Amino acid sequence: MSTLLRLATAGSVDDGKSTLVGRLLYDSKSVLSDQLDAVERVSRDRGLEHADLALLTDGLRAEREQGITIDVAYRYFATARRSFILADCPGHVQYTRNTVTGASTADVVVLLVDARKGLLEQTRRHLAVASLLRVPHVVVAVNKIDLVDFDEATYRALSDQVGAAAVDLGLADVRTLPVSALAGDNVVDRSTRTPWYDGPSLLELLEEIPAAVDPSTEAFRFPVQVVLRPQGAARDERHRDYRAYAGQVASGVVAVGDAVVALPSGRRTTVVGIDTADGELREAFAPQSVALRLADDIDLARGDLLAAVVDAPVPTQDLRATIAWLSDRTLLPGTRVLLKHTTRTVQAVVRDVVGRLDLDTAEIVPAEQLGLNDLGQVQLRLASPVVAEEYVVARRTGAFLLIDPHDGATLAAGMVGEPLAEARCPGRRPAQYAI
Amino acid sequence: MTTTDEHAGPAPRTHRLTQLQSLESEAIHILREVVAEFERPVLLFSGGKDSVVMLHLAVKAFWPGPVPFPVLHVDTGHNFPEVLAFRDATVERLGLRLQVARVQDYLDDGRLRERADGTRNQLQTVPLLDAIGRHDAVFGGGRRDEEKARAKERIYSLRDEFGQWDPRNQRPELWNLYNGRHRPGEHVRVFPLSNWTELDVWRYVAAERIALPSLYYAHDREVVARDGMWLAVGPHTQPREGEQVTTRRVRYRTVGDTSCTGAVESDATDVADVVREIAATRLTERGATRADDRASEAAMEDRKKEGYF
Repeated sequence: MSTLLRLATAGSVDDGKSTLVGRLLYDSKSVLSDQLDAVERVSRDRGLEHADLALLTDGLRAEREQGITIDVAYRYFATARRSFILADCPGHVQYTRNTVTGASTADVVVLLVDARKGLLEQTRRHLAVASLLRVPHVVVAVNKIDLVDFDEATYRALSDQVGAAAVDLGLADVRTLPVSALAGDNVVDRSTRTPWYDGPSLLELLEEIPAAVDPSTEAFRFPVQVVLRPQGAARDERHRDYRAYAGQVASGVVAVGDAVVALPSGRRTTVVGIDTADGELREAFAPQSVALRLADDIDLARGDLLAAVVDAPVPTQDLRATIAWLSDRTLLPGTRVLLKHTTRTVQAVVRDVVGRLDLDTAEIVPAEQLGLNDLGQVQLRLASPVVAEEYVVARRTGAFLLIDPHDGATLAAGMVGEPLAEARCPGRRPAQYAI
Repeated sequence: MTTTDEHAGPAPRTHRLTQLQSLESEAIHILREVVAEFERPVLLFSGGKDSVVMLHLAVKAFWPGPVPFPVLHVDTGHNFPEVLAFRDATVERLGLRLQVARVQDYLDDGRLRERADGTRNQLQTVPLLDAIGRHDAVFGGGRRDEEKARAKERIYSLRDEFGQWDPRNQRPELWNLYNGRHRPGEHVRVFPLSNWTELDVWRYVAAERIALPSLYYAHDREVVARDGMWLAVGPHTQPREGEQVTTRRVRYRTVGDTSCTGAVESDATDVADVVREIAATRLTERGATRADDRASEAAMEDRKKEGYF
């Protein structure tokens, strides 16, 4: 049974990230011959001796002209054991927002470090973004190991620095390995030129990493997307009186017979049926898309949340949150925005900019405003309540967007609470990951 | 590679979804989001495999109700008859409302002119934009694995009043929170199959036993070799001087305008054969079958900027 792993790549400019991705695709035989012909043709036209594998992922005209990655590119490859969705994120500082985007859905972030350059500020930024967004696993590939003559001491020193930064930033699972993206060492096959490294190759590692949170370790949460109520339009007469709440399980497991609470109303009821077009299920788990039938005809609509009765979240109109500011407009206190959380969108005002996150120290420093690519702490007041949870324990129900009410632009990625600070506190660990 | 042991239906009790189940769940979530947040969605339906799979997912997303939006076909006038028949039978079977935007109408009244090479894929953009007019969301079956410009496109792709895509200025797309807000005149193209590959589509067709037009499976057809592809001989494609008409065992990997969609030689007569063939192929589907993508390194990006899907 093949499973799906979502990974995002990150790195600084010229760390060879596109080359690594090209190498992964090429060596896993996911590049087809007409794509390779095109890359070879363009490489030749530019006077290059070898095919420039970076051209496989840099798809936009401007990217090919400038030789850099501008926007997230999605790539797909598969081995016998697993299928991969790869979000290739740009390395430039001004494109940090793309790294945030890629990391938001990733099970694994693969971070490239140039063996000759050591741990750069940009590397710390990317580690901090991975921690902030609670990416379950981080793999740091120490690249261009061929250019330091496969020197073990250089690798060990860098690996230790990464380890220390990971502890600083509260990252639970960080692994390092030496690679040469250009030559292929330890990318798909284990290299004979790094005899001092006895771990898996990058692809082997990606095949083994646990793909997702085990839903049975989490609390059940179900944002209602649409009410299915076909009435006279039902394709079968037996469904004239059908009424169910359609959505994707955000976390946890629900079974027929389970007591649930509708939020924000607080009304309790029981799940009496779990439907899909393929038939009824006895239970459903994240991230299945299903429709739930309930015992009582309660007032429930899009934007509401069904939750397990035990430890149900509390609706609130005040949120303290960490946001990644993605717009080139400046965020000032008093700014009015729309807040989109699960399936609910409400008006909100930024009451206060508490501070900006200094990624070098991972501390909040005082700030009055936030600019493009800043990560900061804000206090929000909402026009009506949302059922939000701390992002550090609930990635799906702890996340939100801030949207410009005038032109609809996405202004910020938001995480309820202070995920970075909380991640560093022992005892506050996110859900367990099962293999 | 296995084909039939991965059903996209009810999941096993292990609390883990297979790859196809993950993709199905994601697509159904997207379809439901759009219906909940837009007023007048429409689904582009050509009878091609991706649009057939997308429609199948729409049926599942809103079961036991009907598909809550109409379907739109941009008809270049260069159709494969079996695909048009399949389109009409599907619309009839599911009780859908079908809108057709005809390139021929635009040629007849002079709003468009035939291209020198006689192909019509490029001519679709204007009738498409006119037909989209009153719709605020348009589902397309585009996949990111198809082409390198598509690899950069969001699941929700905001288009201006001219349908233009601005790749340098796309909204970041975070978690599964899709931002569909747009100004009057703008609309959103939505791609529920963004994360599917050609092989995923075929494995899903197999698992769900989805019917497709017969030309996706091997059959004998009169063809000529042109631009390194096999083009079917028909009313819109006549052999040119020096071209030899031969009968070949072929099938189609993509379905588009007959004048620029090539067939591939194949003995794959059923879905299991096709899955095996796709798993082993060394050519991308567009590289193997589409003349319009060969114009330049950025042919698709340029067309998308002009409002193409």
